[in-house]
Amino acid sequence: MSTRLARDGRFLNKSKAIKFTFNGKQLRGFEGDTLASALLANGQTLVGRSFKYHRPRGVVASGAEEPNALVNLGAEGRFEPNARATTTEVFEGLKAASQNHWPSLDFDVGAINARLARFLPAGFYYKMFIHPRPFWKYIYEPFIRQSAGLGKAPKARDADTYDHFYAHVDILIIGGGVAGLAAALTAGKSGARVLVIEQTAHWGGRAPVDGGTIDGLDPDEWVKKTLQALEKMKNIILGARMMGTGIYDHGYVLGYERLTDHTPDQDGPRHRLWRIRAKQIVTATGAIERPLSFAGNDVPGVMLASAIRDYVVNYAVSPGDRTVIVTNNDDAYRTALALKDAGLEVPAVVDARPEGGGALMQQVKDRGVRVLTGKGIAGVSGGKQVQGVKICAQAGEGAVLEEIPCDAVAMSGGWSPVVHLWSHCGGKLLWDQEKAHFHPDIGRAPTGADGEPFVIPAGAANGSMSLANVLAGGVAAGQMAVERAGLKPKRIATPEGDSVTEAPMQPVWMMPQGAGVKLRNKMWLDYQNDVKVSDVQLAAQEGFESVEHTKRYTTLGMATDQGKLSNINGLAVLSNALNADIPQVGTTTFRPPYTPISMGAIAGEARAELFQPIRKTPIHEWHDDNGAYWEPVGHWRRPYCYPRDGESHADAVNREVTNTRENLGLLDASTLGKIVVKGPDAGEFLDMLYTNMISTLKPGRCRYGLMCSENGFLIDDGVVARIDDDTFLCHTTTGGADRIHAHMEEWLQTEWWDWKVWTVNLTEQYAQIAVVGPNARKVLEKLGGMDVSKDTLPFMAWADGQIGGIDVRVYRISFSGELSYEIAVRAGQGRALWDALVEAGQEFGVMPYGTEALHVMRAEKGFIMIGDETDGTVIPQDLGLHWAISKKKDDYLGKRAHERSHMVDPDRWQLVGLETIDGSVIPDGAYAVAGGTNENGQRNVQGRVTSTYYSPTLKRGIAMGLVHNGPDRMGERLEFPKIDGTSVFAKIVDPVFYDKEGAKQDV
Amino acid sequence: MLILTCPYCGVAADETELTPGGEAHLTRETVGADDAAFEGYLFKRENPKGVHFERWRHAYGCGKWFHAARCTVTLEVFGTYPAQTTEPPKDIRDKITAKRPGWSWRDFG
Ligand SMILES: [Zn+2]
Repeated sequence: MSTRLARDGRFLNKSKAIKFTFNGKQLRGFEGDTLASALLANGQTLVGRSFKYHRPRGVVASGAEEPNALVNLGAEGRFEPNARATTTEVFEGLKAASQNHWPSLDFDVGAINARLARFLPAGFYYKMFIHPRPFWKYIYEPFIRQSAGLGKAPKARDADTYDHFYAHVDILIIGGGVAGLAAALTAGKSGARVLVIEQTAHWGGRAPVDGGTIDGLDPDEWVKKTLQALEKMKNIILGARMMGTGIYDHGYVLGYERLTDHTPDQDGPRHRLWRIRAKQIVTATGAIERPLSFAGNDVPGVMLASAIRDYVVNYAVSPGDRTVIVTNNDDAYRTALALKDAGLEVPAVVDARPEGGGALMQQVKDRGVRVLTGKGIAGVSGGKQVQGVKICAQAGEGAVLEEIPCDAVAMSGGWSPVVHLWSHCGGKLLWDQEKAHFHPDIGRAPTGADGEPFVIPAGAANGSMSLANVLAGGVAAGQMAVERAGLKPKRIATPEGDSVTEAPMQPVWMMPQGAGVKLRNKMWLDYQNDVKVSDVQLAAQEGFESVEHTKRYTTLGMATDQGKLSNINGLAVLSNALNADIPQVGTTTFRPPYTPISMGAIAGEARAELFQPIRKTPIHEWHDDNGAYWEPVGHWRRPYCYPRDGESHADAVNREVTNTRENLGLLDASTLGKIVVKGPDAGEFLDMLYTNMISTLKPGRCRYGLMCSENGFLIDDGVVARIDDDTFLCHTTTGGADRIHAHMEEWLQTEWWDWKVWTVNLTEQYAQIAVVGPNARKVLEKLGGMDVSKDTLPFMAWADGQIGGIDVRVYRISFSGELSYEIAVRAGQGRALWDALVEAGQEFGVMPYGTEALHVMRAEKGFIMIGDETDGTVIPQDLGLHWAISKKKDDYLGKRAHERSHMVDPDRWQLVGLETIDGSVIPDGAYAVAGGTNENGQRNVQGRVTSTYYSPTLKRGIAMGLVHNGPDRMGERLEFPKIDGTSVFAKIVDPVFYDKEGAKQDV
Repeated sequence: MLILTCPYCGVAADETELTPGGEAHLTRETVGADDAAFEGYLFKRENPKGVHFERWRHAYGCGKWFHAARCTVTLEVFGTYPAQTTEPPKDIRDKITAKRPGWSWRDFG
């Protein structure tokens, strides 16, 4: 069983005890512990259950590569699932709970899956869940949902704050191990602006644990000295607890800084996302040890050899009293020495290499440890805790030679450089046969805007595996970065690393080499997703030759650890099964983030009110004060209706419609887009943009126009007013102003750049108020200032003047079918005019109306609405708008498209009105069914509803819809099935329900 | 995230300041064009692994459209130039030739 050692740990402050809980149990750790080290110190080797088979799992690693020790952290607003215990620093009061088990961690019902393992082979989702289809809803989906995902989703709003930070540097160094520090020292001395980031709380990386000397000093001493030197340099920023998340185009990097995860009571943001631009980037990201594939390699107590060394040296934690070491390389012998130094027993080192190792092996032998060469492990006894290992010949099939009792196993399958960041932006890899790993191909680095490389790997991340090479590589990378950043490098003496020379490793992809299917079934590659050697072999056998396909089929490397431990081992197994070389099979793609980052950090401060700025009209506050129920329209907020005491929204809308039709309504139309198009060629330009003829419009007059894309589809509509010979004012839809302005600019700048036309988006410069209803003229005449009579200002005319002493421009346009004046004023006068209209309108029954009343009234009139009647596939001809398409023009945007065969097809659905037989309202988006079924067994359809409302004017449900041959089928009944299984029936009618002659608006 | 220099205002703009506009130097087909030509204009686009010419707009800057010549593989930017042209300027083409001898893109190269 794991326990705390009496000795000191490098990272521990043993004078400061910390209390925390795991699954509700009070436990104690020390300042400096990670949650993983503290759990091990408390004998908690079982930390979770695996994803598919719910197998008991313990801590495997000591860093970011940990696949098993994922926990739910905290509660409510500070709840976080899938937190890695190995990278979580403990603090007073920390609450952690294990994941993926029911009812408890120790007794788990889902573990029965393990006994069903032969029914859950690779690709079982694809194989099992295809047929029969009806099983999906009630059997497959609930099963998958229950077993999908390890942690729970948080339910409460995140209580923490987050921010973003921008940094521009000459050189970014990712990784604060000795290679990164050597690079930083070199770059710093040259005067470059340098940012050095390290994902853990500690500088120096592995070197202080792995031993050797630097410039004759203990590595810890050298790190301390170097840090002091770096801290003195003003051109260097050191950032601990900050991970290089991803490297992107042109030297863009995301850094993820965890500021208060370890001190949650501290003020300030919890995480900070650094958005960094660097001229050069040094990736000194180290290497990750690989597990060995032997049967039972997932039993709690089996750990990476380097991790065991870390727990002993850094955290004073013993993984067990008796640890057997199994390896294919010399490095793992360092773990034997560390364990012996801590007074722990090492019953044996099992070395798969027939000749064993070099000097390190000799040192271990000299300490009296038994070394078995050419041997492997044929099995691990124990369920929730290692109890012993079975020894076999590595070259054989697994015949057990002896059994060694132990409570921990330290395994090492060699080291893989962390090439993730190098690869994110296109850096290529080379396979090193001798070290059995991929390392960066320096000749094929990621390139920047100038076509030159901008990433330089250093240290173990570059495949250097000795201290001397790591340090030399760090200095060289620093120098190269300075030169490439266009600065002058200063020579510094390369720190001299001295470490024991290691004998060559020997690749071991399966242990023993000739293991039968029974053993292969228990060899785990991907601990988190429960992928075994046998699964990858099965995938290969079933024809999955591409590594990317095998990954998806078996789910190898697709868990939250993204296969940091499993990718190379899985790749090797696949290569063997395919009889191909490893580099030929290749790796899967490395994608950011390196490890998962918080959603909060991604959002930064863009949440709640700051998520998106709200656009407010000059009359916004009046609406708010008068009970407006708001509706978001683009970035705008518009009143949907103004409910009075006891009124439902529907009641309010009906009242507003009726009052506007009978008395007087006011609408804040300020959000309408207003674009001025000016210049000698403005008329010609607008003739190209609108389907109508605009250039013939007389100054002082308005015309309703349609705009199409080059595909012929409707993109916007609105009223154009001609101000003078070369000035037009184009109204757009509320959501369309920016888009249509950009559309105009695009054509002017990129196609007709010799035309003399200027455009300005004046939307926010003016407030616009629609004064609507039979009493509209009366209220304006009462306020006085200009002649608004029919003779002087007829329908579809506009005039400048004054109303109530305020300068206005009045348009006689109507979207409601009533007598209507749309009055534009300078934004600063908008509220004054509104107030004046409300006051003067009292005697005429004035009421404000909102967007829903606007919609109901336009639907009663059969006016289309962009986004309701159109959806990006509708042409004007579908909507009976032929009258708005000029036959005289040679060309306009969309004209050629309107001639395409599908556009002139008589079978296109066309606009009609729909009147329900029983007076009810057809559900939004309902389809009209036709006879028979399509090839998917669904009922054929012959039309759909585009707008549907209760009309208080007609006192019945009305709708508009697109129907096959609709205009030729007046009076026919259509059936619209509803979600509840019943149907509503409607008669095809003319889309204009109200005042078909248009008499009311033209008075 | 790319950095492109706007040829109008000279700002080296992050991609977040720009909006993409697809392939550059399309010829507008309209009334009178046959179906094949019009289809080509609307839908057919280059998707090269290598030299490419694109339209970008400095949307959150000066608002101008410009063209960029760049390599889709190495992300190298050969140059940017104003949109008021029907073909890449000679200095840009020469620069590409120096870096990518034998390159071609549509009818250019
Ligand atoms: Zn610009």
